[in-house]
Amino acid sequence: MAIDDRFNRELFEAEEEEGIRSEIITGPVSDWATDFSHFEPEWSADPYPIQDDLRQRCPIAHTDRFGGGWLPVRYEDVAAIAYDTERFSSRAIIMGNFRPPRDIAPIGGSPPISSDPPFHHDARKLLLSAFTKMSVSKQEPPTRAFCHSLIDAFEGRDVVDAAHDYAQHIPMRVIADMLGFPPEDGPQFRQFVENTLEGINLPPEERIERMQGLFDYLLAQVHDHLDNPREDLTTYLINAELYGHKLEASHVTGAMALLLIAGIDTTWSAIGSSLWHLARNPDDRERLVTDPSLLPTAMEEFLRAYAPVTMARLVKEDMHWRGVDMKADDWILLSFPAANRDPAQFDRADEVVIDREVNRHAAFGLGIHRCLGSHLARMELRVALEVWLERIPDFSLADPAAVKWSAGQIRGPRALPLKIGRPGTGTGAAA
Amino acid sequence: MKLKINSEVCQGHGRCYDLAPDLFGDDEEGYGQVLGDGAVPADKEREARLAVANCPEHAIELLEES
Repeated sequence: MAIDDRFNRELFEAEEEEGIRSEIITGPVSDWATDFSHFEPEWSADPYPIQDDLRQRCPIAHTDRFGGGWLPVRYEDVAAIAYDTERFSSRAIIMGNFRPPRDIAPIGGSPPISSDPPFHHDARKLLLSAFTKMSVSKQEPPTRAFCHSLIDAFEGRDVVDAAHDYAQHIPMRVIADMLGFPPEDGPQFRQFVENTLEGINLPPEERIERMQGLFDYLLAQVHDHLDNPREDLTTYLINAELYGHKLEASHVTGAMALLLIAGIDTTWSAIGSSLWHLARNPDDRERLVTDPSLLPTAMEEFLRAYAPVTMARLVKEDMHWRGVDMKADDWILLSFPAANRDPAQFDRADEVVIDREVNRHAAFGLGIHRCLGSHLARMELRVALEVWLERIPDFSLADPAAVKWSAGQIRGPRALPLKIGRPGTGTGAAA
Repeated sequence: MKLKINSEVCQGHGRCYDLAPDLFGDDEEGYGQVLGDGAVPADKEREARLAVANCPEHAIELLEES
């Protein structure tokens, strides 16, 4: 049995959680300009009209919920905050009722997404080469084969849930493979993801207990990799060095948690939203079936119009910023989806134009925190849509009322029943 | 015409080497690089302009040489 004192269980659990808790406030929103909440059903169902309305009358909305926070909806404001790491910290990136202590910066709980300069650069550099376009292209053949196997399993069914039976499994399988986790653990990952991203209004004790479940799992994986090192990201992180030393245990597990959580919900959402759009827009669907070479362009438009990821920041110090008085530790809900629909930045911003050639969208963020996994996500999204359209060229919503969207900062369909024709065999377009 | 990437601004989104693979490549960390000396052949002008217009960070410059 390999020994690595960094991952000694007692040491690992000794840290007590410090930080600031705020009162949990839920219930209907009175006015989105002064009381917004990204956890209310109205927002989950369709946030775009809310954002469009705010852009007209109050481009930086406020809420007293979550201990206080701001929601800018103009592209220029979202971009300015993403670029301004001097005044806005990433020490927490999930807007909820808990703010980690200030001294957790510049590393944060899950580097590099939670890190500020200068540490951020070095923590990110450790991971960049594993996520280049060339590196992730190795995952393409197994991803394609896996997508086909998911569709093979639809045989004999007229209605399938594209979110539950297709989209979610693809990123789970890919990230499990990259981290070297057992593929059959997928359903557990889904629980971890939901707890982290959607459980923010749960009582603190319950939330802590659930997070402990994630870190227990990651620690077990670390120990398995210490005993049986292999060519994957977990072994890589265990052995990686920064400033001449191996990484702190909390850095290793924090980065693993980031890759697991950030890699799943996001891509699952992008695949699901794209299929949702195509199920409702037969002209777009037929055009892509007829001309698959348009898919890379169409995909960027789906990423713009249905950007799945909203980030968060914390204001570092009290300040007057673009007409509002921000206080230290106020949240910023950094909505890339809202930025992507700003008519000041995009022509026909509220329309989905699948052959849009100039598309400078911010779905993967802007500035130093550009999504580390963007090349992986694009590969997964492209392959998932290519295989689906090749095998199931004809599909539509089985029951529009049954479509359900996730709550919180990652938005995508979580139930998406589609009526499908008989799946093709993959040897050519089915008639 | 000549292409130039401002490496201080590039964040490795990779739109340039996706859209114009004949003009751009990436380094070992995924940051964009112009291929060769950045000179744009006459038949690649459209690709060059597409890459410039799609860079989320505005990191690419197309210098009109006389």
